[in-house]
Parts: sequence; structure tokens; C-alpha cells
Amino acid sequence: MSESDIQVAHIAKLARLQLTPEEEAEFQTEIEAILSYVDKLQNLNVDGVEPTAHATQITNVIRDDVSGKTQDREKTLANAPDVADEVLLKVPAVLGGAH
Amino acid sequence: MAKLSAKPVAGSIAGAAVQLATGDITAVALVEGIYSRYEEVDDEVKGYLQINKEKALVAAAESDARRAAGNTLSAYDGVPIAIKDNISVDGETCGCASKLLEGYTATYDATVVQKLKAQGFIPMGRTNMDEFAMGSSTENSAYQQTRNPANTDHVPGGSSGGSAAVVAAGEAIAALGSDTGGSIRQPAGFCGVVGLKPTYGRVSRFGLVAFASSLDQIGPVTHTVEDAAILLDMIAGKDQLDSTSIPDVECNLAASLKGADVKGMKVGLPKEFFEIDVLNDEVKAKVEAVRDQLEAAGAELVEVSLPNLEYAVSVYYVIATAEASSNLSRFDGIRYGARVEKTKDVKDIYYLTREAGFGDEVKRRIILGTYVLSSGYYDAYYLRAQKARTLIRQDFEAAFEQCDVILGPIAPAPAFKLGEISDPLQMYLSDIYTISVNLAGNCAISVPAGETESGLPVGVQFIGDSLQEEKILKAAQFVEQQQAQQGD
Repeated sequence: MSESDIQVAHIAKLARLQLTPEEEAEFQTEIEAILSYVDKLQNLNVDGVEPTAHATQITNVIRDDVSGKTQDREKTLANAPDVADEVLLKVPAVLGGAH
Repeated sequence: MAKLSAKPVAGSIAGAAVQLATGDITAVALVEGIYSRYEEVDDEVKGYLQINKEKALVAAAESDARRAAGNTLSAYDGVPIAIKDNISVDGETCGCASKLLEGYTATYDATVVQKLKAQGFIPMGRTNMDEFAMGSSTENSAYQQTRNPANTDHVPGGSSGGSAAVVAAGEAIAALGSDTGGSIRQPAGFCGVVGLKPTYGRVSRFGLVAFASSLDQIGPVTHTVEDAAILLDMIAGKDQLDSTSIPDVECNLAASLKGADVKGMKVGLPKEFFEIDVLNDEVKAKVEAVRDQLEAAGAELVEVSLPNLEYAVSVYYVIATAEASSNLSRFDGIRYGARVEKTKDVKDIYYLTREAGFGDEVKRRIILGTYVLSSGYYDAYYLRAQKARTLIRQDFEAAFEQCDVILGPIAPAPAFKLGEISDPLQMYLSDIYTISVNLAGNCAISVPAGETESGLPVGVQFIGDSLQEEKILKAAQFVEQQQAQQGD
């Protein structure tokens, strides 16, 4: 049984990607092919197998609760496309499109 | 085609250290030497995205002054090193060969860079790569096509294709790369140099732009096995800024290689490696030749099995894309990089910036990764892949009960031609020998083992259990010695 019924246009929207119609069609075909290959995973018996999220078995790494040096604000903001008052990231309206 | 493979000035890191110590060369001369080779060949190789000679010369002059005053930071003080474009060097661009990060300047040193600078290494040049390290040929760079110095009609491999190419062309003494599914080992193999992927957690990932966080690892690309050991010794270690870095592990690999041999070493040969139908005959013959040399030198050959190998590509392209889709959500045009302006609201910035900034392969992987994580498909793909990952890891655990190292190919075939593979799935399938190592978190090394009839390099791979770099380095050093003897 194939699990894949991907709708690329919908998924792209979830991922905040604006695709052209050409890209949409191309990716639909390519990703369907990839998924039909990946679907061989459905044949593998994984009953009772624990999932692996990380290769090392390190857990709960906690540092001492002391303040320290962090990134330099000026340098960091120098990379931002738009800055307000020299200390804030500037973006257009977040709610709705009105100005 | 052109053949541009060459040894760099001073030959190697170890060689440079000797010449610096005896006064036969200066750090300034090393930088000059690297730069003049760059000027000679990089128009054709196109391995560097950027190289800053003046800055490197300043650092080199400082290094020479330290040496003159008897205050060297280490034996390697003054050795230039090339850095992949996804590893942060304070004040230098770090664009991951993506349009999306055009204009971005790193604001701090990656931990590995900080460690190298502390030993006196001079970061010199940003090497080309597949955009965000997604690819196996460096053809996905948004900027330029790097060519294989052994034959410029062919790809250098990827995603650290720039790092491998500049080392192979003698435009760098050594380089750092990153390996998420083979991105150090495969280009090293394709270009005829040494590439090592350390055990997951052995090297801090702080300052490496994340692709798939549970798989990514920084490692060396070098001319010699000894150099790979030297660099790993320098960059390894627990880092408070990377909670996945492994604590309390000594790293004295370069010293352990001196006079080492392979007598009594148990070399595992996974039968599944040799049953893959696309395995090229010449590549197979090189692996078999290495196997026979090992046996003749007193190593013991053991047949082992990795029964879930056939699922590795599927598992990898579910897990890696899932992690990538999450990691790359930060590239939204708000905090760094290029932004598409004149949008009506903030959501438009996301859509239009990402559309304009990301290349096809990155988009493909973000879509695939978003899909396998989405509600209704998570269990069938992502969770199932994570469980299969456990089985792959257990396969290696069982194999390493029987052997010290595993020997195999790096890729099913030598470097392919530019443009030869355009189907993404076909490209993914070429990663079959490398990706399971990242899934299991083991270490592995690619070492040159000769050339095909047509003169393309062929590398072989040694895979080691977690933190067993010493064993794979010893095996690789043996292959290097055999190659040198054959060349004599």
C-alpha cells in the first residue's frame, strides 16, 4: 500500500514556500517518485522497536545557571534586512495587510 | 578536460609544521603559496567562493612574529586552512552557497574555528558546497560549479565538493567540511584526498549552519591520513555550546598512528555492500585489492551483515529532510540574509523571500520534510524511519562485535560527469554506502585507493564503531602506505 498522496501545493504553503506553477508540477512528479521509493519502509517490521532520535545516548545536558557573554547585539543586527531604533528588527504589518 | 591535481606548498600540515620549525618556510610564504596556486587554477576548479589574501597575510605575519619570539601557539602555528561555507568564521561571509544568505556575515567563530585559531591555524577562504549542504555533487551551489581537479569534466562530489577540490588541486593544505550523509567522505573519494567523518558528538557543531542536526558532523579533508588525525585532535572535544557533544574523551590520534600496523586487525566485509547491483566493477576491484593487501599484512577478514542496509536511503531521506524542514524555517527574511522587499505583510516576506532565496533541491527537501512530519503522515514516515534507524544502528552494533573496522566502497561509482545525474532520486541512491554511518552515529574515513583506467580517483571507506577513530585511521594509514609503495 502506498502511503503517499502528497499535495505539493498544500505542503509548500505549510512550509511558507511560494512556488511557481512550473515548480509545483515539477516537484509533484519528483517527490511522488521519491515517496514511492521511500515507501519500501512500509514493508519493514518495526513492531516493538524504539525510535532513535539521536545517535548518542546523551540526555538532559544542563549547564550551570550563571550569566555569561552572549552574541554582540550590534554585530547581530548588522545582518538584519531592516532595523528600527538600532535595537529592534523591523517587519511590515504582522496582522492583516493594511498600512 | 584538464587534470589539476597537485600537492600544496609544504605538502601537508605535518610537512608545513616541520618546515616552519626548521625555518625553511614562513607562514607568510605558506599563505602566498596557497594564493598563487589559487590564482593559477581556481578559474577552472572554482572551489573557493571567496578567499581573503590580505587578511590571511596579516594573520601569517603575526604568526611569524610569534615564532621569531619563541611564542608559537602550537607546532602548526601559521598553517592556512580552507573552511566550508557553512562553518562560521567571525567577520567572514557564511552563506552556505545560498542566495538566501547573500550578504550575511558571521558574527562569531564556530567552536572548531576557535580551536584552530587557538593553535595558530589561519582560516583562509570559503569553499563551495551544495546549497545548505544538500546534494552529492556541489551542482546545487547557487553560485558556481566546482570541478573535479582529477578531471574537470567531472563533479567533485558533494556536498563538501569545494573543500575536497581545493585540497586535491593543491589550493589548500587542508580544509574543514561537514558530513550529514557522506558529504566529506564522498567528495574526498571522488577527488582523491582523505576525508574523515568523526563519531557523532565528537566534534562540536556550534557555528555550523544546521542541516539535519542529528546527523551533521564537522570533519577534516586532507592530503594525508596523519593530517586528518592532527586536525581531529585539534577540533574534537566537549563543548558547552553543543549539548550533543560527548564529554570526557581523550583525543591523541596523531600520536597513536606512529608505527601502527594492521596485524591482527579484524576487518569486516558486509556482504550487502557487494550485492548492490549498481556497484561499478573498477570500484569493487579497488576494495577487493585493499582487502587482499590487508589480509597479506596480517589482518583477519570477517564476513559481517548489515541486513537493513536496503532501507538506509529511505530512512535517511525521511529523517534528514524532516530535520532540514525544521532547521531551515529560521530563514524567513527577518533576521538575516536577503529579504524580498515591497511585500504587503510579514507573511509575504516569508513566502517571497524563501521562494527567491532557496534553490530547487532545498525546496524539494523542505517540502518532503514538511510532509513526513505533517499530521496524518508522521507515524507512517517519520516515526517509522526513526524506528528503522534503531535497526540500522543495531546492525552496526552486531557487526562490531565481530570486527574492528568495516571496509567498503565510498560510492557505487567514481565521480560522474557534470550534469550526468539530474533525477533527484537517482542522486540520493548514490549515497547508499555513506548515509547509514550517519544514521548510526559512527565514524568513517575515505582514503584514496588508486585510480580507474580513465584516471578518476577511487576511495575506499573504513567505518568504525562509536569513538573508534583510532582504528579506522590505522587502517587508512595502511592503505596510504600501500599506495605510496605502488607509486614508487
